[in-house]
Amino acid sequence: MIRWLLLCLGGALLGGIVHLATVIILPRTATQDAYSRLTPIAPVNTVVALPAPTPEKAIMPFMDPAFASAVCRYDLSDGPLKLTVPVSSAYTSVSFYTRYDVAYYAINDRAAGRRVIELDLMTAAQHEQVPEDEEVTAADRLIVESPSLTGLIAIRAMAPEPGLMPVAQGAVAASRCSRETEPARSRK
Amino acid sequence: MRLLTGTLFALAVATLVGLGMTYFALSRGAAFGALTIESWSAWPKSGTNDADPYARASIARTGRLPIALGDGVSFTLKADDNGKALDGRCNVAISGITPAARYWTLTLYNADGALIANTVNRYGFTSEEVVRRADGNFEIIVAPRANPGNWLPTGGADRYQLLLRLYDTAVGVSTKAGREVPMPQVSTRSCP
Repeated sequence: MIRWLLLCLGGALLGGIVHLATVIILPRTATQDAYSRLTPIAPVNTVVALPAPTPEKAIMPFMDPAFASAVCRYDLSDGPLKLTVPVSSAYTSVSFYTRYDVAYYAINDRAAGRRVIELDLMTAAQHEQVPEDEEVTAADRLIVESPSLTGLIAIRAMAPEPGLMPVAQGAVAASRCSRETEPARSRK
Repeated sequence: MRLLTGTLFALAVATLVGLGMTYFALSRGAAFGALTIESWSAWPKSGTNDADPYARASIARTGRLPIALGDGVSFTLKADDNGKALDGRCNVAISGITPAARYWTLTLYNADGALIANTVNRYGFTSEEVVRRADGNFEIIVAPRANPGNWLPTGGADRYQLLLRLYDTAVGVSTKAGREVPMPQVSTRSCP
C-alpha cells in the first residue's frame, strides 16, 4: 500500500515537471499560432492586407472588426527593414511581434506625431553597425530593435464607423515594409 | 516485474497529471498578473515582452495576436456582475462609462473567438458609434431580438463573451482597480 502511495507521489511530482515542460515547449511546437496561420498568405518582407473577419471566416480569432489590418512577416537576416505607414484619419497603430507572437513594441499615430509613421527595424547586432554620425544626422529616425531575426509587424487602422472603413483600408494598403535601398554601412 | 509495473505506473501518473494540468491551465486561460475590475479581466502583461510562459502558451494555442501594451488593453467579460455566465438568449445591459482612452471598441465573440452571425451584421460598437445620454453614460443592450437604442445582437448563441478594448490608454501593467478605471456595469435583465 505504502509502495503505491509513494509511486503516486513520485508520479505527481514528475507530472509537475511534465506540466512545466509542456507549457514552455508549447509555443515552439504550435502549428496553429498566429505566425503559422499568416505564413501561407504573407510573403516575407511585404505588407499584406488581411481580409476583415466575418462569422464564417477569420484568419485569427479575436480580430477587432472595427479595424482594417495588414501584416508584414519579416526576416532580418539580409539586413534591416524600413517601414512606412501613412496615418489614417482616426487611429493607426503598428505592433511588433516575435516569431512566437510575443508583442515587444508598439507605436501609435499620436506617439509618432506625424502624418507618416516611419521607422527602421533591425536586430541589436545590426544596430551596433549603424555608424554613429548617421544616427546623429538622422536624429528623427526611429529605430526599433527586434529581439529575433523573424517576426510579425501588425499594421492596424481604425474605422470608428463602418463608413470610414475604406479610408482605414487605404491607409494600411499604402504601407510599405522593405529592405533599405541604401545600406547604412556603405557610406562609412 | 514489480519494478517494471511500479515504474510504468509512476510514469502513467506523471503523464496524466502533467498533461491534465497543462490542458486545464490553458483552457481556463490561466496567466499571472490579471487586472480584474468588477466582472472584467485584462492581462496587460500578455502584451509585452514580459509575458509569462502560461500567457505565451495560451497565445500560441489560440492563434491570436495579443494586443500590444503600447497599442491598448483588452478586457474580457464572461459573466455578469452577479456571476451569471453571459447567455445569448437573455437581455444583458452594459451600462456606465469606460476608463479614459482615445477610442474603445466592444465586440461580441463566441467561446472560440469568432464573430457570431446575425441579421444586421453588427458585431460590436465603437466609442464613436454608441449613443450616449446627456451625462455621457451609455447603455448597450446585448440581446437576441431587436431593442431600441444600442442593440448588440447575440444571434441566439447560448454562450458568448465580450471584449472591451481600450486604445491609446493609460491603463496598463501598473493599474489598480479603483476610481480611475470605472468599468461598465453588467446586469442580466430578462431571460426566456
